Amino acid sequence: MPREHLVEVVDLSVRFVNRDIDVQVVDGVSFHLNAGEVLCLLGESGSGKTVTMRALLRLLPPYARIGGQIQLAGHDIVAMSERQLETVRGPVAAMIFQEPMTALDPVFTIGTQIAETIVAHEHVSWRDARKRAFDLLEMVQIPSAARRLDAFPHELSGGLRQRAMIALALSCRPALLLADEPTTALDATVQIQILLLLRSLQQELGMATIFVTHDIGVACEVADRIAVMYAGRFVETGPVAALIECPAHPYTAGLLRSTVQAGSHGGRLESISGYPPDLAHMPPGCGFAPRCQYRQADCIAANPELNSVAADRMVRCPRPLLAVSTSA
Amino acid sequence: MRDRGGPAQPLLSVTGLRKYFPLRGPLGNVNAHVQAVDGIGFNVMKGETLGVVGESGCGKSTTARLLMHLIEPDAGEIVMDGDPIGQGGITVRELRRNVQMVFQDSYASLNPRHSATTEIAFGLKVHGMKAAQARQQAHAALRLVGLDPDLFGDRYPHEMSGGQRQRVNVARGIALNPRLLILDESVSALDKSVQAQVLNLLADLKDRLNLTYMFISHDLNVVHHVADRVLVMYLGKVFEIGPADSIYAKAAHPYTKALLASRLSMNPAHRVSAAPLTGDPPNPVRPPSGCRFRSRCTLAETICAVEEPALNDIAVAHQVACHAVTPGSGHSLARGIANAA
Repeated sequence: MPREHLVEVVDLSVRFVNRDIDVQVVDGVSFHLNAGEVLCLLGESGSGKTVTMRALLRLLPPYARIGGQIQLAGHDIVAMSERQLETVRGPVAAMIFQEPMTALDPVFTIGTQIAETIVAHEHVSWRDARKRAFDLLEMVQIPSAARRLDAFPHELSGGLRQRAMIALALSCRPALLLADEPTTALDATVQIQILLLLRSLQQELGMATIFVTHDIGVACEVADRIAVMYAGRFVETGPVAALIECPAHPYTAGLLRSTVQAGSHGGRLESISGYPPDLAHMPPGCGFAPRCQYRQADCIAANPELNSVAADRMVRCPRPLLAVSTSA
Repeated sequence: MRDRGGPAQPLLSVTGLRKYFPLRGPLGNVNAHVQAVDGIGFNVMKGETLGVVGESGCGKSTTARLLMHLIEPDAGEIVMDGDPIGQGGITVRELRRNVQMVFQDSYASLNPRHSATTEIAFGLKVHGMKAAQARQQAHAALRLVGLDPDLFGDRYPHEMSGGQRQRVNVARGIALNPRLLILDESVSALDKSVQAQVLNLLADLKDRLNLTYMFISHDLNVVHHVADRVLVMYLGKVFEIGPADSIYAKAAHPYTKALLASRLSMNPAHRVSAAPLTGDPPNPVRPPSGCRFRSRCTLAETICAVEEPALNDIAVAHQVACHAVTPGSGHSLARGIANAA
């Protein structure tokens, strides 16, 4: 009997449809995740990484149409009613966002917001919930936690606010944490603190985590596996070390080359020419073909399939770089 | 205004620059000040790229705006190639013709009702150019940033991608033929693949147009890539300034070291294991006494709370404001150091 995955996504597609537009934002994304694993969705703006993650909890605008299958700990997310979803959001999977100032409610204290969540989901007393809220603030290493329970979001610094949001997300002991660029708005000195915190909590609690980021550096710090997204599709997936060491898709390779590395001083950067495609007017075939230096006729004729190129590595390219650069 | 004082005279020389923003209570009474920029001085040399780094709230952007006179400084002097701004020197208008700025948010910094050409020509007309000539010059600027004026000249901001919009912002910045371009987080909001294009473009333009850059960014790797010299700011003060290679290889200030150590490893096999700094920067309304970094510094001693460290030469053109590396400061670590001079 095959082992059941915590997260099982099969052929997920998301379209944004209204009177004027019909845009395929996510196109045929499949992946699975086990307890305790960290997957990074890596991509640039508009690549569909955030929409993919939000689809897991159906946190999408009303004009979004979801297709395919999403299983979270045995729950069929696509088929669930809004009411049933409430039992999944929080205890099964919780989410942290890029901007804690807008994600937290400005008129309630941190303690109240955390306790409210616990009371709503676990039907415990407010006194017990507040006690848990205190423990949670200690767990996310907020100094003088007892005092901070009564602080409003605007009274906290950016780093502390992000810690408070993590505490809120962990309040119902989720099996899966969804993190949407949680450190992008922070200074580098604070970013590394939050990444280290998330890494240690994830290991301590054995949570599965999906991390959305545009920053390869962040992915290198936290991920077990990376899925690179481009124009709504997975173009490459694999274990973090192998993928960074030896990218197989021309887009991944270009992204790595155009990222300014430590120690780079002067000289030209290798950039990817052109811009990401407009999702409303996708080019035929491979979405990256117009910018790809290895483009050939078959790239435009049909969208290439995700193919296995090495152990545990999939690439959506008929001529993956891996085959050229290594004997494997 | 072209070169006057020769290459040794700084293009821009700043001394004692200070800006406190008043904080008002509910009745409009001023009850505190945000000490955004507190008595800083530095030079921008001709033809160089000066990188400016520091955490948010350290005064990087306020400094840029003060240089442009977009906000009035409380105190301090700005001298452009030998000419002070104001009485007996050049006017603010003349300063702005020579110093232009490109901001982070490419969308917010363009007028949504102006096409690319109109946007660029606007500034030229303000500075006295005839409409037809301004349009021509705007098209030339668009070509310089790699945008075909026939294709992009009539486009509005919402009809362009982020990278294209930022190219229009750069075109507007260079259209007046300025001497100094202040780039305030200009590539930070761009996707990496597009960021590399714009960084390459900026390098080309600098060579072709003989520009000087002040490059403000929180991304230390990008600053190292572009900068000749680097200025490190913390809570409105200059902590360290020196040649980029010297700063990145031999940072002397504990804050600079911590900033550099906060960079992500880019190597899954050697992940960062401990955060070099704890907490966030303190509130600039009530900064710590003495050295403003002492509340987060592992080397802090009594002297650091008492006396503010001055900028002190530690190597050629490399200055640091830290008691721990200043001979005779009274800090225990400074005892063994011989005087650099």
